[in-house]
Amino acid sequence: MSEKNIDLTLNIWRQESPEAKGHFEKFEEEISPDASILEVLDEINNRLEAEGKAPIAFESDCREGICGTCGLVVNGHPHGPLPKTATCQLHMRNFKDGDTLYIEPFRATAFKVLKDLIVDRSGFDKIQVAGGFISFNTGSAPDGNAILISKELADQALDAAECIGCGACVAACKNSSAMLFVSAKVSHFALLPQGKPERYERVQSMVKVMDENLFGSCTNTYACEAECPKGISVLNIARMNREYFMAELKTGTDE
Amino acid sequence: MIKLDSKVPEGKLSEKWTNHKFNMKVINPANKRKFDIIVVGSGLAGASAAASLGELGYKVKVFSFHDSARRAHSIAAQGGINAAKNYQNDSDSVYRLFYDTIKGGDFRGREANTWRLAEISNNIIDQCVAQGVPFAREYGGTLANRSFGGAQVSRTFYARGETGQQLLLGAYSSMNRQVNLGNVEVFPRREFLDVVIVDGHARGIIVRNLVTGELEKYASQAVVLASGGYVNVYFLSTNAMNSNATAAWRAHKRGAAFANPCYTQIHPTCLPVHGEGQSKLVLMSEGLRNDGRIWVPKKAGDNRNPNEIPENERDYYLERKYPAFGNLVPRDVASRNAKYVCDEGKGVGGGKAVYLDFTDAFKRIGIDAVKDKYGNLFDMYANITGFDPYKVPMQIYPAPHYGMGGLWVDYELMSTIPGMFVLGEANFSDHGSNRLGASALMQGLSDGYFIIPYTMGNYLGTEKPEKVDVERSEFKEAQQNVEENINKLLSINGKQTVDSIHKRLGHLLIDKVGMSRNEKGLKEVINQIRDLREEFWTDLQVVGNAKSINQTLERAGRVADFLELGELMAIDALNRNESCGAHFREEYQTEEGEALRNDEEYKYVAAWEYKKEGEWELHKEDLEFENVKLATRSYK
Ligand SMILES: Cc1cc2nc3c(=O)[nH]c(=O)nc-3n(C[C@H](O)[C@H](O)[C@H](O)COP(=O)(O)OP(=O)(O)OC[C@H]3O[C@@H](n4cnc5c(N)ncnc54)[C@H](O)[C@@H]3O)c2cc1C
Ligand code: SF4
Ligand code: FES
Repeated sequence: MSEKNIDLTLNIWRQESPEAKGHFEKFEEEISPDASILEVLDEINNRLEAEGKAPIAFESDCREGICGTCGLVVNGHPHGPLPKTATCQLHMRNFKDGDTLYIEPFRATAFKVLKDLIVDRSGFDKIQVAGGFISFNTGSAPDGNAILISKELADQALDAAECIGCGACVAACKNSSAMLFVSAKVSHFALLPQGKPERYERVQSMVKVMDENLFGSCTNTYACEAECPKGISVLNIARMNREYFMAELKTGTDE
Repeated sequence: MIKLDSKVPEGKLSEKWTNHKFNMKVINPANKRKFDIIVVGSGLAGASAAASLGELGYKVKVFSFHDSARRAHSIAAQGGINAAKNYQNDSDSVYRLFYDTIKGGDFRGREANTWRLAEISNNIIDQCVAQGVPFAREYGGTLANRSFGGAQVSRTFYARGETGQQLLLGAYSSMNRQVNLGNVEVFPRREFLDVVIVDGHARGIIVRNLVTGELEKYASQAVVLASGGYVNVYFLSTNAMNSNATAAWRAHKRGAAFANPCYTQIHPTCLPVHGEGQSKLVLMSEGLRNDGRIWVPKKAGDNRNPNEIPENERDYYLERKYPAFGNLVPRDVASRNAKYVCDEGKGVGGGKAVYLDFTDAFKRIGIDAVKDKYGNLFDMYANITGFDPYKVPMQIYPAPHYGMGGLWVDYELMSTIPGMFVLGEANFSDHGSNRLGASALMQGLSDGYFIIPYTMGNYLGTEKPEKVDVERSEFKEAQQNVEENINKLLSINGKQTVDSIHKRLGHLLIDKVGMSRNEKGLKEVINQIRDLREEFWTDLQVVGNAKSINQTLERAGRVADFLELGELMAIDALNRNESCGAHFREEYQTEEGEALRNDEEYKYVAAWEYKKEGEWELHKEDLEFENVKLATRSYK
């Protein structure tokens, strides 16, 4: 660890409130390559606070790439240039001495900027509330091994369920589409036998609320998959489209 | 003032919970919707409680400082969740899980609670499977298990290294279903800052809206705190950045006794500290100890590349000292031994790190099998450190991880404030003085899915609390109390930052109330913490105002509480003149350097009642062991 420090120029988005007009503020920093990009912001903030200046508002929690709280656009890429890496896992050794970085919030019609780098992603929760569950009351479950699920299927379901709800897919998409996120959730449940009974109702309810919350439509550009820190596959979108088509067919025929 | 009544039911250990469930009051379905319940926290404990209470028909409001309920710290749990299913036919049973947990906790936990936890463990797995949690499976389609520290059976259920995420998403989805049905309402970005007590019972809360800055009042007929653990008091820990003790501490100051604060777990398998700017310590799941072997060079200051150090010059110190359990000894034992070898100068590069080596596993089960089991952890390690663990052994060092202490609760999970229940890591209940791996997830979900739905009914059915109005004087008084505290923080106008004081508190605590403690150090540190608190209140700089998003203000409030909690941790550690579990007092050890308990004098839960700043009264709950023999833990 700990090679020699590097010098970077950071242009960081500042915006006092949702209504305010934002701007980039420039910081020249000497940085340890072992630090994460959020630790660099911590350092800057500590200095700003000591000088009595307003620190940069940004969010993070686990700093292990699993909670989905962090999320910055670094040099045009949601979560930065490193593939399959959340912002909090982006370490400065990935940059070179003299580099210039632009750090911005996740921008999308559906994600309002609250302050500086903090955005409102509550639209995701609304979609989940609409149908992202299996209707099942506590206490009446059969033995865990009563339903056999092949390893392959369980792995596939987990591949989809790994989505951390960060919103990078939305920020990456020119239409602000949330299809990758929603399809990951729909796939997780649709793949498992437990999720089958409600599969059609689920996909319809979730898609409806997705549309109501200003998320755009999917035009298959796949920028989402490229920026997703968990590598959620666009195959999920295909699966969801199939589910949705089947659902429409069923309700259409009024069974 | 406080009287501790554990309310442990009479009767045979294995029948207590069943009988108690029958004896508790039930509320008829039509009446349940007349009761409002507040849940603070949406981690495993809070979300599962909200879901189950909502299903029963109660009107539930859930508060969380996170922007989404799904982001609670539980999401980060990696390794797995225990249950006594005995699917592996390897002699597991409720009794064995109970015994392992009591023994792992070094006989400082409550027998009846621990038994109930073991008993409920199996229902949790069934429940989670039914919700669609994609647990790991065998090729035949059955659930897979791995073994975990402190156990000789394979009873841990998992979903890659993301078990907490999958379990929390399960609980979150169940809760969302109740939101959809109108039984649960979720209030994100709200920080609980005080509990409101009316006629001696918890009847509401004051929260700060973290976006608008406004203080909001909410009334209810019962309050559930599921606000997580407190080890961020050490500044550097494995916990999420925002985990904090404020909810528990504010309740403590309103009359909830705080139990066993000195029982803090320092987890053996974390990434070593790399520098002052470091913001948190990353846990490498303990599951790694199943296949990885821990060693240091035999010679102090051996700076060779680890791959060049021959077998006979390596000290596999855990395997050498504890042949029966080897690398799977409980966490406290593993951590303390890592500290010892590093204190002797045998750590990697003479510093604070030991090797965790998978070379043998690669040979035994193959790289692909290792990848399948731990792939994401290996990737995470490579990403953070810049080293490839498939080529060079990992480096690890212990880090603060879990608080076994917490708000005191009785068998029904009610604190010493009537009407306020405490669930999950925020309570002190089931793990004694040391928690075994994969048992916190189990406890959080057991509390939320399977205990609170019953005990809440008993409380409401017995008390029949009326609805109260937020315009009452008690609410105004509490709101004023919060307001004054905020104004005080904003008006200090000194020179030091919140982080810089928090870091200093962390250094003091890890040094003197960490893996090993002694009387002299504890006495010193109590004074040092008081001085630091004084400095905080006279020289702190909190930029900005309380009228909008102000993260510095949020952290300042939390650090103010940590500065009080830290003192109580030291007082508790000083009071406990014995070594047990994670609490290791240097004065009390066997000739072989193992923890020496003093059952005669300290077989009790230390529950502290807050009197005024820096002053507490100790209450003791004697622990009775009717079903296990108090043995000296031995993992030889
Ligand atoms: C890295 C890591 C790995 C772990 N791995 C495992 C494992 O493999 N197996 C295992 O059994 N255990 C594990 N644990 C322990 C386990 O994850 C935790 O003990 C457990 O998840 C705690 O759950 P909880 O519901 O009690 O609290 P949390 O999940 O911490 O949730 C707390 C909730 O309370 C809210 N909250 C807190 N204070 C306030 C406030 N003042 N106002 C409003 N809201 C508030 C938060 O927003 C959050 O929603 C691990 C812990 C860590 C740190
Ligand atoms: S699909 Fe990927 S990018 Fe989108 S929310 Fe999930 S993890 Fe984030
Ligand atoms: S902070 Fe949790 S994913 Fe980055």
